[in-house]
Amino acid sequence: MKILVIEDDIQAAAYMAKGLREAGHVVDHARDGTEGLFLAGSEHYDVLVVDRMLPGRDGLSLLGVLRATGNDTPALVLSALGSVEDRVKGLRAGGDDYLTKPYAFSELLARLENLGRRRAPGQQAPTRLAVGGLELDLLARTASRDGRPIELQPREFQLLEFLMRNAGSVVTRTMLLEQVWNYHFDPQTNVIDVHIARLRQKVDKGFDPPMIHTVRGAGYMLRG
Amino acid sequence: MLYLGLFLASVLLVLWMVYWSTAGFVTGQADEEIKSEVRTLLERWQLGGVGALAAAVAERSARGDADGIYLLTLPTATPLTGNLSSWPPEASSDGWVTFDVRERGVDGDGSGKADARAIAATLPGGFRLLVGRDMRDVDAYADRLEAVIGWSLALTLALGVLGGMFMSRAMLRRLEDVNRTARAIGAGELAQRVPVGSGGDEFDRLATTINTMLDRIQDLLSGMRHVSQGIAHDLRTPLTRLRARLELALMEEQGPADPRAVLEEAVEEVDRLLATFRALLSIAEVESGAGQEPAIPVRLDELARRVAELYEPAAEIQGVALSVEAAGPVTVMGNEQLLAQALANLTDNAVKYTPAGGRVAIAVSAESGRALAIVADSGPGIPTEERERVVKRFARLERDQALPGSGLGLSLVEAVAHRHGGRLRLEDNAPGLRAVLDLPVA
Repeated sequence: MKILVIEDDIQAAAYMAKGLREAGHVVDHARDGTEGLFLAGSEHYDVLVVDRMLPGRDGLSLLGVLRATGNDTPALVLSALGSVEDRVKGLRAGGDDYLTKPYAFSELLARLENLGRRRAPGQQAPTRLAVGGLELDLLARTASRDGRPIELQPREFQLLEFLMRNAGSVVTRTMLLEQVWNYHFDPQTNVIDVHIARLRQKVDKGFDPPMIHTVRGAGYMLRG
Repeated sequence: MLYLGLFLASVLLVLWMVYWSTAGFVTGQADEEIKSEVRTLLERWQLGGVGALAAAVAERSARGDADGIYLLTLPTATPLTGNLSSWPPEASSDGWVTFDVRERGVDGDGSGKADARAIAATLPGGFRLLVGRDMRDVDAYADRLEAVIGWSLALTLALGVLGGMFMSRAMLRRLEDVNRTARAIGAGELAQRVPVGSGGDEFDRLATTINTMLDRIQDLLSGMRHVSQGIAHDLRTPLTRLRARLELALMEEQGPADPRAVLEEAVEEVDRLLATFRALLSIAEVESGAGQEPAIPVRLDELARRVAELYEPAAEIQGVALSVEAAGPVTVMGNEQLLAQALANLTDNAVKYTPAGGRVAIAVSAESGRALAIVADSGPGIPTEERERVVKRFARLERDQALPGSGLGLSLVEAVAHRHGGRLRLEDNAPGLRAVLDLPVA
């Protein structure tokens, strides 16, 4: 993906850019709001990373201008402000996702890839998902692998659907909690892990190869 | 000063109105009577000629009417009849005239004000008629009124100035109390409060309000201090541990046996620390009431069901039976995410601390205006003497130190309970813990 990072902290930006490049993405960097607005408006990017506190023009106002001019490039807002209100403000201003500092890089990467995927052009709502031997019928709400049907409870189905839509990318526990359960807080213990473990019992046990992988220090990934 | 000026102006206005309606009225009345007399006498003259007029004048003069002044003269100005000895020189032309009356045995009062007021009229044939009134009594009345008003004004001014001085001194003293307290607090004596009198007046109310505010500020400050100390103390341990692990890896001559594992573990440790930080921040946010997002109605019973669903697999793995029940819809006003987190924390604790074969029951009900969300487990519970302490940040029971957890869970639940106008009660479930989230019903 082609990513634009708008961040005034040189070192933070450098780390971010390095990590993103190593993950295979192309990264541009803008040091302040004005430069960011100019670049975002004049070139095509798949995803933007916008720091909220910027010299020149702050992140939210930058997004406001972009959206007003019809630019709907997915944007992830980075901020040290983490209250619910700040999050809501960030999303209302035009952000598509919100991450508070300090953050884990793996979280940032996972969310960016998720964002980039959301707006892939020319995508209509699919009625079935397929990864490897795994198939999901989104209308009938049924699942099967290698032709054998799999019994899933509604929540398990949602979980699997999310993993499959993000196949090949890491999804973090926080992302799962947010997008499958609609909770915006840090779970205390490994409550998500147990749901995944159960899902694995149904999807991977007795099949080959295992599709649900644990990515240490980041989260999970589904891969055929 | 401005107030005094306004006050005086209004007093002046009132007094002027009094003067005008009394003295002015009386003077006006006298004039009306004179006019009416003139009309009557002229009628007599019209009916009966000079003779009738003279008779009427004589009759009135003889009446001894204290104030009436009458004079009828020949064209030569020689008095014909009446009670004035001669035609006053001031009455050279017809119409209203004022003049001094020195006859009648009473000196004019020499006050410089004319004593009499009359109408002079010249009749066809040259006869002249003068009809008027002795104004001395009216003037005396007016003078007296002026004097009274003058004294009233002076007295009002004096009282106003004195009263104003007293009041402002009293006010200044009360304001100085507030000032003094504020200065002391600014200098660091946080325990100072504004003295409250017993009167219950506006200043006392102000003092009470300010004191309440100061109490709150002191609470927040000491809370913050406590938190900083807690943070410093309790984050130091994992940070030290992390450092030690990395340092150890560095010390190995050939480098660590499995560098990736070391790094991965380090990242996990850092993640744990980050999570603790975030939890701390969110507790602080909840406690300070930061951000006033409008409260929305939240179905506590549905929330409980969703939280139970989230923790069900974890409970199953641990061999703990998790159940949820709600008598019916229970609604509270608040923040859905915060309430969800509070319930999740309580459930998480319950599942974590209950040994295999035990039970965790979530129950939501409403009674007498209170909404209750109860998470009861059959675990070891919390000893009574520890119940107050565990709610504080980072507090953990000795026996649970080995289990994962930051010790912040209950702090957050309590902060959320307060933010929603309710409380967290920790009770004995005999055996086990019964955590009750008590909130006002919407």
